[in-house]
Amino acid sequence: MQNQKNDKKELDIDLLEISEVVKKFLVANMVTMVFAILGIVGFMFSGLSLPFFVSELLIRMTRNSFLVLALIIPVLAGMGLNFAIVLGAMAGQVAVIAVTHWEIPGVWGLLLCMALSVPLALVFGYLTGKLLNKTKGKEMIASLILAFFANGIYQLFFLVLLGGVIPMQNEVMILSGGVGLRVSINLATSIKDAADHIWRLSLPWSALSFSALTVMYVGIRRYLNRAKKMEERTIRKHLVYVALVSILALWSLYIMNTDSMFNNIRIPIVTVIAIIVVCIFTTFILKTKLGQDLKTVGQDRHIATASGIDANRIRIIAIIISTILAAWGQIFFLQKMGILLTYGAHAQVGLFAVAALLIGGASVSKATIGQAILGVVLFHTIFIVSPLAGKNIFGDAQLGEFFRAFVAYGVVGLSLAMHAWGKQIQAGNSLKS
Amino acid sequence: MENLEYVLQMKNISKDYYGNCVLKDINLSVKAGEIHAILGENGAGKSTLMNILFGMTVIHSTGGFDGEIMLEGKNINIKSPQEALELGIGMVHQEFMLIPGYSVTENVKLNREITKRNFVSRIFGEKLETLDLKEMAKDTRKALDTLDMDIDEWTRVEGIPVGYMQFIEIAREIDKKNIKLLVFDEPTAVLTESEAANLLTAMQKIKESGIAILFITHRLDEVMEVADNITMLRDGELVAQKKSDETNVIELAELMVGRKVEKIVREKRDEKANRKTILEVKDLRVMMSGEEVKGIDLKIEEGEILGIGGLAGQGKIGIANGIMGIYPVSGDIILKGEKLKLNSPKDSLERKIAFVSEDRRGVGLLLDTSIEINIVVTAMQIKKTFIRNFVLFTQINQKRIKEHTLKMIKMLDIRCRNEKQLIKKLSGGNQQKICIARALTLAPDVLLVSEPTRGIDVGAKKIVLETLVRLNRDLGMTIVMTSSELAELRSVCDRIVIISGGKIEGELKPDSNDTDFGLMMAGEYKKIHSRGDEQS
Amino acid sequence: MITRIKDLFTDFDLPRLLIVAFLSTLLVLAFFLGLPVLGLLTDMLNRLGMFGVLVLAMVPAIVAGVGLNFGLPLGILCGLIGGLVSIELDLSGGWAFAAAIAVAVPLATLVGLGYGWLLNRVKGSEMMVATYVGFAGVSLMCIGWIMLPFRSLEMVWPIGKGLRVTIALSGRYERVLNDFWDFTIGDPGSSTGALTIPTGLLLFFGAMCLLMWLFLRSRMGIQMKTVGDNPKFAVTSGMNVNRGRMIGTILSTVLAAVGILAFNQGFGFIQLYTAPMFMGFTAVAAILIGGATVKKASISNAIIGTFLFQGLLVVSLPVANQIMQGGNLAEISRIIISNGIILYALSQVGGGE
Repeated sequence: MQNQKNDKKELDIDLLEISEVVKKFLVANMVTMVFAILGIVGFMFSGLSLPFFVSELLIRMTRNSFLVLALIIPVLAGMGLNFAIVLGAMAGQVAVIAVTHWEIPGVWGLLLCMALSVPLALVFGYLTGKLLNKTKGKEMIASLILAFFANGIYQLFFLVLLGGVIPMQNEVMILSGGVGLRVSINLATSIKDAADHIWRLSLPWSALSFSALTVMYVGIRRYLNRAKKMEERTIRKHLVYVALVSILALWSLYIMNTDSMFNNIRIPIVTVIAIIVVCIFTTFILKTKLGQDLKTVGQDRHIATASGIDANRIRIIAIIISTILAAWGQIFFLQKMGILLTYGAHAQVGLFAVAALLIGGASVSKATIGQAILGVVLFHTIFIVSPLAGKNIFGDAQLGEFFRAFVAYGVVGLSLAMHAWGKQIQAGNSLKS
Repeated sequence: MENLEYVLQMKNISKDYYGNCVLKDINLSVKAGEIHAILGENGAGKSTLMNILFGMTVIHSTGGFDGEIMLEGKNINIKSPQEALELGIGMVHQEFMLIPGYSVTENVKLNREITKRNFVSRIFGEKLETLDLKEMAKDTRKALDTLDMDIDEWTRVEGIPVGYMQFIEIAREIDKKNIKLLVFDEPTAVLTESEAANLLTAMQKIKESGIAILFITHRLDEVMEVADNITMLRDGELVAQKKSDETNVIELAELMVGRKVEKIVREKRDEKANRKTILEVKDLRVMMSGEEVKGIDLKIEEGEILGIGGLAGQGKIGIANGIMGIYPVSGDIILKGEKLKLNSPKDSLERKIAFVSEDRRGVGLLLDTSIEINIVVTAMQIKKTFIRNFVLFTQINQKRIKEHTLKMIKMLDIRCRNEKQLIKKLSGGNQQKICIARALTLAPDVLLVSEPTRGIDVGAKKIVLETLVRLNRDLGMTIVMTSSELAELRSVCDRIVIISGGKIEGELKPDSNDTDFGLMMAGEYKKIHSRGDEQS
Repeated sequence: MITRIKDLFTDFDLPRLLIVAFLSTLLVLAFFLGLPVLGLLTDMLNRLGMFGVLVLAMVPAIVAGVGLNFGLPLGILCGLIGGLVSIELDLSGGWAFAAAIAVAVPLATLVGLGYGWLLNRVKGSEMMVATYVGFAGVSLMCIGWIMLPFRSLEMVWPIGKGLRVTIALSGRYERVLNDFWDFTIGDPGSSTGALTIPTGLLLFFGAMCLLMWLFLRSRMGIQMKTVGDNPKFAVTSGMNVNRGRMIGTILSTVLAAVGILAFNQGFGFIQLYTAPMFMGFTAVAAILIGGATVKKASISNAIIGTFLFQGLLVVSLPVANQIMQGGNLAEISRIIISNGIILYALSQVGGGE
């Protein structure tokens, strides 16, 4: 009898614990959850077909993930959300403009763009880093304003100086007055689809190969670590992976044998590989000495300096990496778009990337690759569905467009405010304890 | 040649900051496997000595130092802390240099990570070598084992008990391959008694492995327990060097404090007069980080100057801040028989308690504002004076403010260009006078003054102290003065309470003997006396 | 006397000297290019009055320690609503303007209350949060401009839903301040143009500055300044830090609302949708050019800053058009100068270690 009572008590405690865990999870992932729900509801009201939606989403994912990933390293280095990736995007665009001017098409054009953008991004990144070192504690607002400032310089260069003070002859690209670039530049003669069209696979085949690769990856990991006892968490994670990709594989096999619209979706494999390479690169960097220094500086600049790490240098390196990744990200973005809006393509890059990362559950001081990818999915879901949902619910497509702008700004504001508030509460607590 | 037996020798070390001598002819020798304690009050020169040893920039940017330092018989010239570390001199910090988000291993190996090459690093250099976590963990385990720590080397530091953190710091130091000398800077300050005992055991172990230890502390019993030799500093001078088995706590206490006390002219207070209690605190607890007060009962008599002394970090600063309600406080504060509202600076001020903060520039002044506003601003808010009322709105009364400011400038002899000068352009002594002037403008019954002479020159010091005495004698103002400088307290106060560990260690008269002061400052007074009771 | 001059000189730090030099060069250039200099001066005065109150709105926020108020669009939105309500009520002339203010001020007070509450919870990150709260507010009101039940035919699209992007104020309160007691010196036909003094506008701006000055010298104003100057000091003096900051934020929001109305009446149009987005930045840049910092600002900073910054914009446009073909040089220089000065101010705060 006594025993039973005890059992029951333990059970109660267990339940309490579980509900506590669930509560914590919900609170910690509130933003992500809200947007997941918004996305699903929006999708239902948009009246879009699932294959069309998936196709749109995949296009946007392959186009935008790169830029969001560029934000991770500065976050880990304690510099907050680097709105100055706009400068990286500008470096990419300068390279694209040059290559378009020289009319170097295809893969070579793309590679040349990437190579050309590196020295530019290096200089931009270095200068950004220098500035952010002078505005410690206010890095985000400084990087935001810097992005606006750089936009002015960019316009000055391409709108006023180019063709005038700096000679350039190109009737297609230069405005009829002979000074300044046109507002939009067609990239058909250069890098349009340069990466995307190298190799494409249909969605089911891509999914199937992805499943196979994942299983192989888990297998190799287990084989390499066979001697060591693995953490339970890792094992569980691997099991979940395998289970998920098995379902994915089964689904693809099923789709392949139907005439579903999904079969018409084509995945640009090279672009996907490029994104995966960036993910691997980021993971790799974090496992090196440099990565450890980055994290140390991010966690506590004072201790890092005291233990002999040159914090200022590390911070500049973090921004340079971020800027170069952003430059490449913008080049991949443009090869997909096929058209360069000379004065607009870079302007919102920072905002959209930051908003996506935050929706994925990242904060000013924590960000992972998973959060970046999840964020891109959720953010662009809202982007795709909101005009149509707006039209269907309120009878006005413009409402949906305004709504998504509101979402982007609102989520950044909300997330920053919650982070700052949390910090203030923590500071208050540590004062009391 | 005989020098070789010493790991570290510091010879004739002297240092002055802009002509102000802070260290004079200090000699110090430490053997391998020796624990050498350095004792002294705050400001005795301990930290300057360590700054010299570690080649801190404060030293080099102020003209370096005189004397020589030898490590294992070789003359060395250390330019930066980094260099000191490379030579094998390590430091266990008072505040932890640990990153909470990292594991024990990552903290022990901070910026000394073991790496292995990979194909990327072959091209881009060693910065991109991957961390060899296995090797790092192995080393850490070894260091932890040396200290008898059974904590897992992959535990995150966040959330582990404070006592363990100190050990992780030590593990980091002994993990350094060439470590020869380890400096412990007040390592027990934040530890509980049992944790401190563990630490002392660990120190013995490190000593046995042949590492020399410099132990900076003010806890006399700990020194007696572990140290082999003791160096005592006072006011930048070396007062004594003793073997620990040739001395005792009482002698050390006397050595630590002993100095001449210069009495500021003042007739003795009539001891017999029956005086009323004006302010009383009961079980006062103040959550002020670094200066926590852990339950104090104190009665302050009308018209006296009460001194509150004690070493830094013991909680003396917290008392005045608690009474003012600036930091979270609990207990009872009774002013003239009525309870004060807790945690309300406004109530304290309205009930005629004024406060001069210990942090003059940070808390006590509006640096970018004029002298006159600094003097009247609190009175303007609390007593609504110096303003003119126009039914719907108010305006400052420029004329009255100027009159009052000029009066104060004259009364306290504040040296300034005019009453509109910005505070940041005044000297430290004059700034302090402004703080006092603001407190006086409130016409308080009780004046709480914390560290009134910190960072001001000798001449100004005397004027400030004389002013306090005058206020007390001429205006009958009750003054509670908190200070780290015992001599100063002894020169102006009627009685002095010494705070140790957030509690009152004891109460003394200014002319009580040095040994008692020393024992109380070191927190040994009660222990020794209760021991004495048991014996008798 | 010499120290006085020295003080003045050190007050004029490098960027401000540069701007003054640049502006004078432009004016001289304008003269030699045969541009109507007096006409330009008239424009400068008009712009000073129109934009001045928006810049003045920065003063209480900075003084109360909230920092550069990038959330100015929140107040601007309240002002816009006031302006729209006044048209909806079919008022015109001075009464329309007064009604707009009467509606906008209580609204801005409410918004400021909420905004201040938020800023009190994000101490240390105010600028970033304010920027995005401002942006979010503007984009939320984009939805609002479509959904709000305004009926006046002057304001809504003839077909479709919602308010127009720009709403003309002719016949309502266009230039009610500008044209009040204005007078002209010189001959408008001459090569230098004529100087028209917008007396009413300058009086209005002057009155706002005077009110601000009086407030800063009141007991509450002193309290607000103290809180902003040194919060710890304020606590030991028995003040409520959050209350001081709240007052500063509300005042700033209210002034922004009044400021946009003054701007609109001079401009002759109400601009809705994304127009208010970057107005905060322009105001911030102006007061910084006037010599304010992230922590210190005065009314004179606001006046000098508005005059210099707006003057620069007014003069640079015709001069640039004379010198260089193509491109929107005036807009570009506005972007570069305003953001450059903000970056400069941020880098001066320290944190260099």
